Amino acid sequence: MLNYIIRRILYALMALLVVVTVTFLFMHIIPGGPFQREKALPEAIKANIEARYKLDQPLHVQYYDYLSHLAKGDLGPSYKYRGRTVNEIIAERFPVSAQLGGMVVALALMLGVPAGILAALKQNKTLDYVVMFFTTIGIAMPSFVIGTVLMYFLAYRWGLLPSAMWGTPQQVIMPTIALAGLPTAYIARLTRSSMLDVLSQDYMKTALAKGLPQLRMLLVHGIKNAIIPVVTYLGPLLAQILTGSFIVENIFAVPGLGKHYVTSIYNRDYTVILGVTIFYCVLLILANLLVDLAYPLIDPRIKLGGRKELV
Amino acid sequence: MQLSTEMFKPLQYKVVQEDLVRPSTTYWQDAWRRLKKNPLAMASLALIIFIILLAVFGPMLSPYSYAEQDFARKNQGPSTAHWFGTDGLGRDLFTRVLHGARISLSIGFMASLVTLFGVLYGGISGFAGGWLDNVMMRFVDIMYSIPFLLWVILMMVYLKEILPENAGLISMYIALGLVYWLPMARIVRGQILSLKEQEFVLAAHTIGAPKTRILLRHLIPNCIGPVIVTATLTIPEAIFTEAFLSFIGLGVSAPRASWGTLASDALVSLKSYPHLLFFPAAAICITLLAFNFLGDGLRDALDPKMRK
Repeated sequence: MLNYIIRRILYALMALLVVVTVTFLFMHIIPGGPFQREKALPEAIKANIEARYKLDQPLHVQYYDYLSHLAKGDLGPSYKYRGRTVNEIIAERFPVSAQLGGMVVALALMLGVPAGILAALKQNKTLDYVVMFFTTIGIAMPSFVIGTVLMYFLAYRWGLLPSAMWGTPQQVIMPTIALAGLPTAYIARLTRSSMLDVLSQDYMKTALAKGLPQLRMLLVHGIKNAIIPVVTYLGPLLAQILTGSFIVENIFAVPGLGKHYVTSIYNRDYTVILGVTIFYCVLLILANLLVDLAYPLIDPRIKLGGRKELV
Repeated sequence: MQLSTEMFKPLQYKVVQEDLVRPSTTYWQDAWRRLKKNPLAMASLALIIFIILLAVFGPMLSPYSYAEQDFARKNQGPSTAHWFGTDGLGRDLFTRVLHGARISLSIGFMASLVTLFGVLYGGISGFAGGWLDNVMMRFVDIMYSIPFLLWVILMMVYLKEILPENAGLISMYIALGLVYWLPMARIVRGQILSLKEQEFVLAAHTIGAPKTRILLRHLIPNCIGPVIVTATLTIPEAIFTEAFLSFIGLGVSAPRASWGTLASDALVSLKSYPHLLFFPAAAICITLLAFNFLGDGLRDALDPKMRK
């Protein structure tokens, strides 16, 4: 157990190091560099700026420098916004994205899990087809399509909701729905197929045979087992919300980290791209680690570290 | 006693063979038969062929070019002259959507072609086993630990800087190519691991077949089902990624237009000219749906074990 956890953490750290190195190299071997302007800067000013951001030093020195700062949690200054650090930007922007992400997770779980269970219980009946129809659409419709369609009808056509910005509850609705479309559909499908799987298990027949009340049978034996695969999906779910936020936050002008990430791509604000990417990776790797570690707690049949032991 | 040939005559073999109930079918015939029974998959297949034909021949038949501007007719709604209307620069949207189909489809097919590398990678890793397998798969694991989209974005940022201005399409190919073989590698490795323990592989070993031959002629062909399914399902994923990247401004550059660029450009005038968004968005959704349905159908047809 402890062995497994240590190994898992080591892998996570290794993955992180690779990500940091690759991103760092990408951002630093880009020709032109971040201070490339349409009008060439005078040499002296350019040298001055480069000295200030330590760009004049050899790559390995910069890399070492970056790593040692990173170890202390310091992601460095922004190239574009003078006097601001990447840490400040993340601290300011991330709470908004986290709020949005939290709403999305809640919505996706509250809608997706019951929909999947109902569909499984009514397999091959109308309700099942309705759920499958909507989940198929949810999977095929990119978030920017859902977002823009919502915006056109709810904001422009009918004037029900504000079209942009963040803060009031009304402003939260559309981005949340746009971002939750895919995860909800996916969770519903996942729950449906695992519920179908559980329903055909022998222990369900046993429960039925010994005369357990239907509701108790479903809740204790059915749903509790069917929900397990949904837990594994939480890692990828987070990744989906993160990347989805790049688009949705842009459409609805939500001042979150996703919007800023895209802006810094436009601005060639390399330290911010680098820093935010690393931040995202840490988040995702941690989430996956937690899910992996929590999995055997939820499902005692699973032994850590050796899937081979599962017969 | 003299033996002469006359004393012998060939025995008349009465071929006693049970009549086969059905003519035997090959793997492909069998799969095709199963696929034909799936109306959704067949409709999707027909639709995809139609979209491909439109993408290939449509722009030639259209009287307009995708870059031709005419300010006298800008922002028109759909009409008989311009089926999908015109955009803010007076370009025919129908032609532009068709042109976008070329770009989106080519990216999809490119990505699915790249998965072939994953077949080889996964095949070698699974077949070799031991430390080589370990190293090769750890690399895949590391790549997997952050979302593909993030890799692709990073690479696009980098490639856009080092490649000339109008190389958006090429950098997209490269960026997608660098990640889309990964899922395939995992799937093929899993298949190989179970296949290589089977008797026919042992038989091949015993008669002294070289390892490359075993891998290429015996193991990989046996993975063909999952390989085709994965390659098909890569197409919608790549099309989606392209639309995503174009939407955040990392896609192909003007005046070329992919579906994602068209949708993204339409956003600024969404309030007044929603048709500019509607057509490219519909094209994306329909294509994604068709490929997903076809992929699911193929999964059921080619690999009945994978069916749920």
